[in-house]
Amino acid sequence: MKTRTPRYLENSLQAVFFMCAAISAVTTVAVIGILAVETWGFLQQISLVEFLFGTRWSPLLHPKSYGLLPLLAGTTLIVVGASLVALPVGLASAIFLSEYASERTRNILKPVLEVLAGIPTVVYGFFALTFVTPLLRIVLPDTHVFNAASAAIVVGIMVLPMVASLCDDAFRAVPDNLREGAYSLGATSFEVTTRIVVPAGLSGVFAAFVLAISRAIGETMAVTLAAGATPNLTMNPLESIQTMTAYIVQVSLGDTPAGTLTYQTLFAVASVLFLVTLCLNIAANMIMKRFQEVYE
Amino acid sequence: MIAQSNLAWRHKKAMFFRCFCIGVTAFAVFILGLLIYQVSVLGLPWLDAQFLSSFPSRFPEKAGIKSALLGTLWLVSMTAAIAIPVGVLASVYLEEYARPTRLTEFININIANLAGVPSIVYGMLGLAIFVRFFQLERSLLSGALTMSLLILPVIIIAAKEAIRAVPGSLRQAAFAVGATRWQVIRAHVLPSALPGILTGVILAISRAIGETAPLIMIGALTYVAFVPEGPMDEFTALPIQIFNWTSRPQEEFHELASAGIVVLLLVLLMMNALAVYIRYRGTRAK
Amino acid sequence: MSSQENIILSIDDACISYGGKLAVRNVSLPIYEKKITAIIGPSGCGKSTLLRSLNRMNDFIHGCEQSGRISFRGEDLYDPGTDPVEVRLRIGMVFQRPNPFPKSIYRNVAWGPGINGLDGDLDDRVEKALRQAALWDEVKDRLQDSALTLSGGQQQRLCIARTLAMEPEIILMDEPCSALDPVSTARIEDLLFELKENYTIVIVTHNMQQAARVSQHTAFLENGVLVEYGDTDEVFTNPSNKRTEEYVTGRFG
Repeated sequence: MKTRTPRYLENSLQAVFFMCAAISAVTTVAVIGILAVETWGFLQQISLVEFLFGTRWSPLLHPKSYGLLPLLAGTTLIVVGASLVALPVGLASAIFLSEYASERTRNILKPVLEVLAGIPTVVYGFFALTFVTPLLRIVLPDTHVFNAASAAIVVGIMVLPMVASLCDDAFRAVPDNLREGAYSLGATSFEVTTRIVVPAGLSGVFAAFVLAISRAIGETMAVTLAAGATPNLTMNPLESIQTMTAYIVQVSLGDTPAGTLTYQTLFAVASVLFLVTLCLNIAANMIMKRFQEVYE
Repeated sequence: MIAQSNLAWRHKKAMFFRCFCIGVTAFAVFILGLLIYQVSVLGLPWLDAQFLSSFPSRFPEKAGIKSALLGTLWLVSMTAAIAIPVGVLASVYLEEYARPTRLTEFININIANLAGVPSIVYGMLGLAIFVRFFQLERSLLSGALTMSLLILPVIIIAAKEAIRAVPGSLRQAAFAVGATRWQVIRAHVLPSALPGILTGVILAISRAIGETAPLIMIGALTYVAFVPEGPMDEFTALPIQIFNWTSRPQEEFHELASAGIVVLLLVLLMMNALAVYIRYRGTRAK
Repeated sequence: MSSQENIILSIDDACISYGGKLAVRNVSLPIYEKKITAIIGPSGCGKSTLLRSLNRMNDFIHGCEQSGRISFRGEDLYDPGTDPVEVRLRIGMVFQRPNPFPKSIYRNVAWGPGINGLDGDLDDRVEKALRQAALWDEVKDRLQDSALTLSGGQQQRLCIARTLAMEPEIILMDEPCSALDPVSTARIEDLLFELKENYTIVIVTHNMQQAARVSQHTAFLENGVLVEYGDTDEVFTNPSNKRTEEYVTGRFG
């Protein structure tokens, strides 16, 4: 179907289109390049072992120390807390949407989910600080003003619509004739859902979970506002902590000259952030692709 | 052969599970509704003409979002002007021109992965490339270019899907009467794919309106008492202003922040309603 | 019709509609125990709808309404006190397209007995069902393989085995061979002959040769109306209705 008439316009248009598409590749190369160069500069001064396994993070105050573990612990705390909120609730909502809700309820709830998924993260940060934290402090008076739990809950609420929507898609992709087959063997709706639909859609559910975790790791504003700026190596969610993203924001709110070690720490931390989320996203895409192949 | 008590118990389990799922969903919707209600109650008393037309101030009663609102308007217009054409043309290339080579496959996978990169990493990219390397400083242009990179994958993925949904028979019919590839795309493919593309574009622009972290990275200001007049001016934006007010300890500033949030959510809600409407019309036309 | 034949399922004046559109009109039909009853008719005549109403599978179709009486051993299937799950336990169904669960071959067959807590050794039950479905020899060495690795014909026999493992009193079959090749079809028809000894079977088919070969009774449906019902030999060789004659001799449909 390719036209054989060599047309100047046609060819130059195609070249322009290609360049637009190539921007994405250039972006990736630029991200990796910049992160790599600055991180390399950082690693000339701080050894990789010290960076990855050091237990104290204090790049701004003396005595300076560059151990990433406190930031990793902070991020982990947020991710675990957010997962505890978002994964079960998202899964139950998705089951409701795909198995129990009437067509009308679905048609209302799906766009609502989309709107909720589009609420900016700074708004969730505000919720955490002004509503969730005071509430937590009433229930658990030990809670610090800035604490991991409040941020984690809010990050969980934030990724919830995405989890529900993706899991719902996964369950809707399970062919109806499997449900009918199960019902015709005398199964109840509970058995059909938990033993046929959920297992059949499981890889889609996993992909949704992995994407949610990746989102929670990269989440910035809510944790900056609510979780604090103290890189504690703790697993107590009621204490103030700092995540990798919150550290990056903290430093860039001040004016850090390029080329300094502090400036380079930003990129070293961002490299870890980028690598972890990239791996998770690639994994999620691969799971999703295999899932789609089963039903095509 | 079949134990009846067993069946009764199984029905109870099914009923319980159903109620559980309904309850959890209702609870989640209730919580989200509650948050939006709370923020509205807190913010609405502050929302008046003075709030919209004033610059930020140390005194809460005099403070407003004029510079933030106009900054967001500038930023989003520039982002749209850059990202929409590039994104749509890129998706046209990937769906209509590119042959399934390994390079094409790489670009497609790459775009899917870029969509999941945390926004703050785009902020680092903007900081290193646009602010520092090209020396665009903390300008609107730096912000718009950074935002464009951020929302490009979203636009491309949505536009690709819309283009792919255009039936191949339509293209073949046009090719059969001797149209060139570009003529076919312009006259048939793009018009058919338009509702889908528009929906994706609106959602991507919504994302640009609400993003905060990348703007903080490239150094958007948190206190701006002037209106930007050109793409090289420094600026602030609505989410930045909200962030700034939220991070202050005084209660009044939190109320200002919630007023700002109400404005932001209203804008986003209108964009979403538009997207839903366009999609609804698009599906009805088919 | 001889008097030793027992009516196990009796359809009286059944009407079924989807969203106000009538798909089955005033159909009355007996189903005899341990016989094969074929329901034939052009596509869209309501035969699948009628079949699905016999084990309440239409419950899942939005806006589907039903009137008239369908009684199974004297009990009204649509009585408010009737448990649809129990109905489906006793009246199984095999569908048009093979729909094995994405699980192992063994688990597919063991699934129904498992959730329903049926007595006896599960392994024996699985083996017996697979033997009855004439699938055992082909799969006995690969019971843990995914059911999706089987061919289409094998998958359909697996679905039959899955139903047989429940030991239902009636098996409903909705065009079970329409997605299969002729060899697989022949195998399933052979299977039907053997199953008739122990089971009551109602089979919907658009394949008239198949209906003539396997069934003892035949019902002919057109536009949701029961045009003719009788012994299969009668319906095919000496139909009383002109439309039936035209259909079975292949003049339309």
